[in-house]
Amino acid sequence: MALREALDKGKFAVTTEVGPLKGTDTTEILEVAEILNGKVDGVNVTDQQSAVMRLGSLATCSMLVEKGMDPVFQMTCRDRNRIALQSDLLNADVFGIRNVLAISGDFPTLGDHIDAKDVYDLDTEQLIWTINRMNEGYDLADNELQGKTDFFVGAVVKPVSDTEASFELQLAMMEKKINVGARFFQTQAVYDADAFENFMKRARQFKIPVLVGIIPLKSAGMARYMNKNVSGVFVPEHMINDMAKAKDKMATGFEIAARLINDLKDLCQGVHIMAIGWEKKVPEILQLANLT
Amino acid sequence: MLRSEEKPFEEILGYLEDQDRVFILGCAGCAQSSQTGGMPEVLVMKERLEGAGKTVTGHSVIDFLCQKALVASRLQPLEGKVMGADSLLVLTCGVGVQSVAAMVKKPVYPGCNTVNLGGSRGEWQGSERCMECGDCLLYYTGGICPLTACSKSLRNGACGGASDGKCEVSPEKPCGWELIYARLKEIGRLDVLKKFVPPKTWNTMRPRPEILSTSLWALEQRD
Repeated sequence: MALREALDKGKFAVTTEVGPLKGTDTTEILEVAEILNGKVDGVNVTDQQSAVMRLGSLATCSMLVEKGMDPVFQMTCRDRNRIALQSDLLNADVFGIRNVLAISGDFPTLGDHIDAKDVYDLDTEQLIWTINRMNEGYDLADNELQGKTDFFVGAVVKPVSDTEASFELQLAMMEKKINVGARFFQTQAVYDADAFENFMKRARQFKIPVLVGIIPLKSAGMARYMNKNVSGVFVPEHMINDMAKAKDKMATGFEIAARLINDLKDLCQGVHIMAIGWEKKVPEILQLANLT
Repeated sequence: MLRSEEKPFEEILGYLEDQDRVFILGCAGCAQSSQTGGMPEVLVMKERLEGAGKTVTGHSVIDFLCQKALVASRLQPLEGKVMGADSLLVLTCGVGVQSVAAMVKKPVYPGCNTVNLGGSRGEWQGSERCMECGDCLLYYTGGICPLTACSKSLRNGACGGASDGKCEVSPEKPCGWELIYARLKEIGRLDVLKKFVPPKTWNTMRPRPEILSTSLWALEQRD
């Protein structure tokens, strides 16, 4: 089912994401698409993820559309000014892409082109506002479009924060994103149902679909790395221990992911699985979580 | 004040590859304070250039190189040494180098890099910065500028990349938006966090032509 339709109908939505490679080789992406087709409601395509230059989200989304899938075109504010962003939105529309996810994007110094100039001409909220303006038939300079867009706009939120300021900012910005036109949210990876419930207690009032983020653990080292380096990710010590002790890391990582999905499922409207290299295995996780 | 730092000597020698005779200029203003272009640094540069086989035709430290009229009057007595050089090496900020280039018909090379200070400061050199954006947003942000306090200059809120209140760009830099949150909380105005700041005009960041001329135009015109 297409993502918008699934959420509109109140189905528990399942999305996942793929990251294009550096270069023109699309074999892997097409193999992943083949496996995921029909098994998920939407597939995010990351936009120069971690500020590492690679094949773009737009072209990859277009390939997924051709395969009959419903891609979510991730768009960062980091690399394009408002002229390029709006033009790529028009490009996306004519390629049949229906969902856009607006994000700010990791700073260039975190990626592989550290000398690049950052753009952020628009910030995330302004990009969401712009997309809705284009849905209404106008560009940012108030010119009328010859044929308007019809995007289903998503945004991200970090449910678990390490400071009060960060937590409150996330909620205030979530509200602001909704006010300017966000229609669904995907979250940072969550590993603690109580912490997520703590967030949803506040976020529920917005009455907007939230797809909780799941990253299957690959090893104890990966979990520790994320705890140290990825903002908003807090893997509890007992899960790290389970991973450390596990003989079959993949099986344990998937069991934990499936258990998390079941613990979180009643708190939200869908799940967004970021498999980071294990995209082809996403159906196995869905099966373990009884989501097939 | 502009802060500068020394360029790698190899880079300077690269500029000067086919220049045998060099005149060195320093500045007793910001460059002296930065310890990049005062007399001690000029003398060290002289020694290094001579060690690299160059002839230093002369050297001088002027206060301040950004004052073009002063550059002209101070260099006048040294005209022979200046014009006898193939080029001038200027150990200052980018303003000093440009000012000398405007006054002397010789190739002028920078011996320093100018360090970005993250926006303009007041006459008193405090920690607050202004980007001179021409479209002030401080109403929305509790009097803390999001353009200078946030690495991404985001206008509507944090990017979500901060950890323990520190910016994703540098663990030594506080998240500008967490500072803004704390200030708004302190003054009882957290409600403004929900106000949408529309796309910004960057057009006002391009200086108007008349602003690019000097306030000392009469002095300069006379030259």
